[in-house]
Amino acid sequence: MKNIPSLTVKNLTVRYGAHIVLKDIMGTFQKGSLTAIVGPNGGGKSTLLKTLMGFVSPSSGSFLNRSPKTAYLPQRSQIDLEFPLTVEEVVSFGLWQEIGSFYSFKKSHKNLVIEAINAVGMENYKKSHLQTLSGGQLQRVLFARLILQNADLILLDEPFTGIDPKTTHDLMIIVKKWHAENRTIIAVLHDLELVKRHFSETLLLSTKTIGWGPTSSVLNSESLHKIHVCSHSFSFT
Amino acid sequence: MIQPLYDFFLSPFHYLFLKRALIGCFTLSLGSAPVGIFLVLRRMSLMGDALSHAILPGVAVGFLVAGLSLPIMSLGGLFAGLLVALLAGMVSRFTLLQEDASFAGFFLMSLAFGVMIVSTKGSNVDLIHVLFGTILSVDALSLILIGIVTTFTLLTLAIIYRPFVLECFDPIFFKSVGGRGGIYHLLFLFLVVANLVVAFQALGTLMALGLMMIPAISARLWARGILTLCSVAFLISFFSGYFGLLVSYHGSFPSGPSIILIAGLFYVISIFFGKYGSLRVHFFS
Repeated sequence: MKNIPSLTVKNLTVRYGAHIVLKDIMGTFQKGSLTAIVGPNGGGKSTLLKTLMGFVSPSSGSFLNRSPKTAYLPQRSQIDLEFPLTVEEVVSFGLWQEIGSFYSFKKSHKNLVIEAINAVGMENYKKSHLQTLSGGQLQRVLFARLILQNADLILLDEPFTGIDPKTTHDLMIIVKKWHAENRTIIAVLHDLELVKRHFSETLLLSTKTIGWGPTSSVLNSESLHKIHVCSHSFSFT
Repeated sequence: MIQPLYDFFLSPFHYLFLKRALIGCFTLSLGSAPVGIFLVLRRMSLMGDALSHAILPGVAVGFLVAGLSLPIMSLGGLFAGLLVALLAGMVSRFTLLQEDASFAGFFLMSLAFGVMIVSTKGSNVDLIHVLFGTILSVDALSLILIGIVTTFTLLTLAIIYRPFVLECFDPIFFKSVGGRGGIYHLLFLFLVVANLVVAFQALGTLMALGLMMIPAISARLWARGILTLCSVAFLISFFSGYFGLLVSYHGSFPSGPSIILIAGLFYVISIFFGKYGSLRVHFFS
């Protein structure tokens, strides 16, 4: 099943008004690949994910073969942490595709929810309200919800920014497990060490594609220098 | 010992107009408590205020056309409220104005228009009636209207509960699983307007929101789960109605302000002694 094109991006250009955020992005995220997107701030990383989700429409170009089941974890989540829901309730929304607005929530669903909560190490917090959780715990809960979404394509926007090392480590194990299950994973990341250690593919993005391929060849000093120059010029224009 | 208590707390409700008023409060509370809770949870408390003022010109036009006829005035109010909600929604979508700002613009226009109609065409008594309401004039027809709106509200909330909660709590996730949040937002605005419209006769357009918001805000300090929040808000709302009517009867005060002030009393007590996040919790634990 390896190397069947899963998500092909063709000449994708995205503008916000006159400002070009992404320019002529072209390439393929192979099915089952584990890709990190890195690049300077304002380089269009989050916009690329939003475009793939259909939240932002490209001004030209297109993308093809989107997997039928896509899960998305946004960066600065617009989650209302004050909202009176428990960990269990939040995680069970991961079953939305199965249950939706009206189907009943069965015992078997409940078991799936408990399993997902256990998988992220939050078994002692099932009944806890969201507002009582730390940032790391909240991220674990959101990962449990992702697990239940059972998606073929998983888009993660800076999932480990501001998250403690222990949580990052535990959640990375889950990402690896998804990878082993041949799901396609695309993650926007800042920590280059983490990328080098765990991600086989990298897309280096600074409005344009600077490099896209095996991490070891993309994250070399030459392209990183290029990024540095780009981000420099970006911040001064 | 028992007799004076009975005379004070129960015997006033032998009068038909007070009995109706009490039933009206009970039924209104059932529907507006959960609507108020969701307004608070969606941080739309002040949007509710805008909507409650926006219904005035519709009520006034209804009054011009048919005199003090509740169904026509309610229909007018419903229409005006929805019109303002839709216009404000569209303006915020297609211009740089945020929804609260565009709401403010339209509801102020709407309010001024309403006051202009009532004050040029009606007497001051009518204006006072529309602005401040009088729950003691709630008749059988108003009770039926309140009943219909409450039933509709509770049924709708029960049906849309799951997607609506998700839309309130995590709209991006809802969108990512193919949900269309806008529909639920509109449906909810409709429920807000409908509940405000039936409350206006009892409490007046100025205070219709009071019975919806104050119990909901107070409940936040006593409960956590959504259903418990709604239940607590309902209890506060109903008892505000009950004690408010008593105060109004014994003290010859107008009923609307009495009810809202009693609700306000619950609110102040909650701020001091509530179970979650109250001053007591903040300073003494």
